[in-house]
Amino acid sequence: MDVKEIIKPENQVYGKTELLTDNVMHYCPGCTHGVVHKLMAELIDEMGLQEKAIGVAPVGCAVFAYNYIDIDWQEAAHGRAPAVATGIVRINPEKFVFTYQGDGDLASIGAAEIIHACNRGENILVVFINNGIYGMTGGQMAPTTIERMVTSTTPCGRDTELNGYPLKMTDLVAQLPGTSYVTRQSAQSAPAVRKCKRALKKGIKNVLDKKGTSFVEVVSTCNSGWKMTPVKANEWMEENMFPFYPLGDMKDSEKDKPVSNN
Amino acid sequence: MGDLRLMKGNEVLAEAAIRCGCDGYFGYPITPQSEVMEMLMFREPWNETGMKVLQAESEVAAINMLYGAAATGKKVLTSSSSPGISLMAEGISYIAGAELPCLVINVQRGGPGLGTIQPSQADYSQAVKGGGHGDYKMIVLAPSSVQEMNDFVDLAFELAFKYRNPAMILTDGAIGQMMEKVELSDYKKRWTDEEVIEKWGSWATTGKPSSRERNVITSLELDSEKMEANNQRFQKKYRQMEAEEQRYETFQIEDAEYVLVAFGTSARVCQKSVEIAREKGLKVGLLRPISLFPFPKNIIGELAPKVKGFLSVEMNAGQMVEDIKLAVHEAGCTRRVEFFGRMGGIIPTPGEVVDALEQNFLKE
Amino acid sequence: MAKVKGAVVVDIEACKGCELCVETCPEDVLSLHKEVNSKGYHYAFMENPDVCTGCANCGVVCPDTCITVYRVKV
Repeated sequence: MDVKEIIKPENQVYGKTELLTDNVMHYCPGCTHGVVHKLMAELIDEMGLQEKAIGVAPVGCAVFAYNYIDIDWQEAAHGRAPAVATGIVRINPEKFVFTYQGDGDLASIGAAEIIHACNRGENILVVFINNGIYGMTGGQMAPTTIERMVTSTTPCGRDTELNGYPLKMTDLVAQLPGTSYVTRQSAQSAPAVRKCKRALKKGIKNVLDKKGTSFVEVVSTCNSGWKMTPVKANEWMEENMFPFYPLGDMKDSEKDKPVSNN
Repeated sequence: MGDLRLMKGNEVLAEAAIRCGCDGYFGYPITPQSEVMEMLMFREPWNETGMKVLQAESEVAAINMLYGAAATGKKVLTSSSSPGISLMAEGISYIAGAELPCLVINVQRGGPGLGTIQPSQADYSQAVKGGGHGDYKMIVLAPSSVQEMNDFVDLAFELAFKYRNPAMILTDGAIGQMMEKVELSDYKKRWTDEEVIEKWGSWATTGKPSSRERNVITSLELDSEKMEANNQRFQKKYRQMEAEEQRYETFQIEDAEYVLVAFGTSARVCQKSVEIAREKGLKVGLLRPISLFPFPKNIIGELAPKVKGFLSVEMNAGQMVEDIKLAVHEAGCTRRVEFFGRMGGIIPTPGEVVDALEQNFLKE
Repeated sequence: MAKVKGAVVVDIEACKGCELCVETCPEDVLSLHKEVNSKGYHYAFMENPDVCTGCANCGVVCPDTCITVYRVKV
């Protein structure tokens, strides 16, 4: 059978959602941001939420997220996306409001805002991209940088005596009573991306059902910052990041599991 | 006659916000303005008008909540006092850069640093020159009575939405804590979601229908040509404010040889100083700027050729005096402009002001 | 059991040559082209179109959403 006979609109099984704009993403080749942007766009489209959705973009590589998903957006100051989202959702509780933040934004400068938003149980979805490094500013140490990991400000690897310990934000927010669904996912392979999409969908559903804060961490790569090819970065992530940041649900209020048993 | 009450200035700010159809308040406690949020929490407007009130975890969070809420095209405000306003400065800059209307209230206390909890006007320059980073301006209104604390809330929102720009009420701990008779405004309904879409749907984050492009609230623009164009648009707006929104009040100015210039609490003091000076046979009047940005420079330009001098009376080390000098200079005059002020939370006495006037202008 | 046949179309100009699709393809259909697009990236293409099953894994992992996948039963 000729390829031309297969490539027909009626045979399409996978393609770009209309919620993604035609702007070519500014991300480096292989960047996880692109995958997670795509998932959010697909879900907003599939769940019919375009008119309800308001995204809050961070400061960091995803600062231009508003160029790629065709919904109303607001660009927050560094780390303040959860406060901005709080302002939006308190005034318009019927909207679907989500923040999209990196680990520098969320775990460092914005640590206070994310903890308090989660603790109040703001009815928002937090998408947390954790690649253990500051991508936009050129690969400096983040609070999430794992021990001995080399960055431009830890040229000999993260030394916990000098730099302190890597911070597990997702574990922290799972302890807070305001969060309803807290999970750690990844997006390096097709099964992982499909699973990540299900997690994001669950987070969105929880927000629509007004269950409080849903928090989805995506352990990600930064191949430019890590100075590896995208394929190599995925391998490095599986070998080095996953043991410290194990994947899976940490809290799911639907299952009524007490946090301490997870 | 409307609803007459005896109330504290801070409480009136809260009451006025509820009555003018405000949608939300986000704040953090700080002396001497904590009664604003206390009153709002006591009044529970969410049960009455639907207005939401939230105590944030910090001033930084409060101003960013305000930034988010203001982007939805609804009427929202915060209040704080000097150190808290410094923390909010970054957020105010973002709000100005993203051209969002909202109200920020500064019930000033003395600085620098933690300073004192007593009243002060030491944040004048911070308020009228910008305060945060980048070239921006806020509309700044300075009430001098509890009645004006009521009246200026509605006025500030009107101007904020007219110009898509943050507005500030710059008051101080004295007026915030003072009890006076006040005629409260009648209730206005909050805008419905439909009204918000009709009025501000061209820019507000109301959720994207298929009928329009997505609305993006941002202050970011990496293309320098476009960023300069944005700045030029802002400056044009600020010039329009200067042309249309200069507000002031005068007292015994008609035959005055010397003009006291004072706003807020110090203007109240100066009114008495005018009376004392007049009893002494001195022809003294008072000009009270109400809008601090735009500064009422036109009236100063008009008065300059007719008077012998101006005395700026402030509760700081001399900040507004620079704007008076500029206004006199711009009017092509060479009138003397002098300054008298107290700092650290001290309110000058009427007698001190008259002494300062005599020292500066009537002794050799 | 019904056999399926697939094919993919790569938006050459949107492709950044990250190779994640090549790596993820279970049938080794995809490769990076020797040629580059206007931005200088070696873009992905079907080197072995005959073995594509249209599983869409390549599209799913693509960060730039430049792969459209088609599938038919034969």
